[in-house]
Amino acid sequence: MSSHYLSLLAKSIFVENMALSFFLGMCSFLAVSKRVSTAIGLGLAVTFVLGITVPLNNLLLHTVLRDGALAWLHPSLARVDLSFLVFLSFIGTIAALTQIVEMAIERFAPALYGALGVFLPLIAVNCAILGGSLFMDQRDYSLAESTVYGFGSGIGWLLAIVALASVREKLRYSNPPAALRGLGLTFMVTGLLAICFMAFAGIQL
Amino acid sequence: MARSTYSSMMLDPLIDENPIARQVLGICSALAVTTQLQPSLVMCLAVTGVLIASNVSISLIRNWVPSSIRIIVQLTIISSLVIVCDQLLKAYAFTVSKQLSVFIGLIITNCILMGRAEAFAMQNGPKASFFDAIGNGAGYSLVLLLVAVIRELLGAGRLFGVRILPLVTDGGWYVPNGLMVLSPAAFFLIGGMIWALRTWKPAQRERELTVHIESLEHDLELASARGASAAPAPRQRAA
Repeated sequence: MSSHYLSLLAKSIFVENMALSFFLGMCSFLAVSKRVSTAIGLGLAVTFVLGITVPLNNLLLHTVLRDGALAWLHPSLARVDLSFLVFLSFIGTIAALTQIVEMAIERFAPALYGALGVFLPLIAVNCAILGGSLFMDQRDYSLAESTVYGFGSGIGWLLAIVALASVREKLRYSNPPAALRGLGLTFMVTGLLAICFMAFAGIQL
Repeated sequence: MARSTYSSMMLDPLIDENPIARQVLGICSALAVTTQLQPSLVMCLAVTGVLIASNVSISLIRNWVPSSIRIIVQLTIISSLVIVCDQLLKAYAFTVSKQLSVFIGLIITNCILMGRAEAFAMQNGPKASFFDAIGNGAGYSLVLLLVAVIRELLGAGRLFGVRILPLVTDGGWYVPNGLMVLSPAAFFLIGGMIWALRTWKPAQRERELTVHIESLEHDLELASARGASAAPAPRQRAA
């Protein structure tokens, strides 16, 4: 049984990398990857929030939103299907949670707040976070599976953004055509990184 | 407002202020759905429709929204609109909706929507916001469709699923380019597009001077950090 979770973890980190094979969270991926130190900060914040919101949304899905999920409350509610509210409630959970986490970190761990705090509001609208919850819904993960999946895909995103940031730090000293400098070159480097990550796709788990 | 302002609101985002190439917004979906032309077209229509509706409705209530909760108000409006859009697609275009899978839901976090709501609709009237939404939707669609045409034509020899280039496997002459179907191709295409656009319009280039100053600052930072912590660290690691 534990090997199942282990392979899910490896799959979500490498084979189905959030950033490089599903292109999620690209806006901040390209914008905040100029320095390795900030990239690590954002990556950790994303891992943290993904690891909490995916299982939380999973609970919400199974106790409230699914077709007939409200049956535990009252038998007459057994035929209520609220699944059309999935988007709204997922994004609500994410926005509220990032707010709470931001306040809690500021209060109890000021040092961590200095490192992660500025990124937390940014994260509410990061598509990697919402994407994680939507994939969890689509693939019908259990609570334990979605915890593993949330952390795994966060770590995968962290790896990808740190890799891109380290390449970009070195790229400062290169001399590309003026029109390619900056964004254009970043896109191409990300493409090459995505090709590298495709090597993992052959792994059977 | 003069008529020319409205037309510039609609035309500027096509090339000069393109949301994808210039403002770097809404890239996630631009990369993921563009392997075929048909889902990309549906995606463009969905994003433009939601953008118009959200821009107009956010601009209508802009004077009553306290600025401290504006983000959550915008998110709620946008996600309600996306739910409508998703239900419509499930009802009338089920196969395409299956193909797009989570990417319809991800319109909520598409930065173009939040970006335009925040930067334009919160400061301008509904009419101006309407034209701004059309312009930005069109600019987004332009890039998306261009990438999709190149990827489907070179990757599968088809457009809209109709055979254009006869493949070798069917007795034709065209050997499909496997890279185009894969995800990295989208990065290379958009990167190349930005390159071409900035060669054509040098005003959009990122200024070299600031880059150099930034990298100098960065070097100083690195040097001081190294000096402060442990000076001979690199040598020790080598030994």
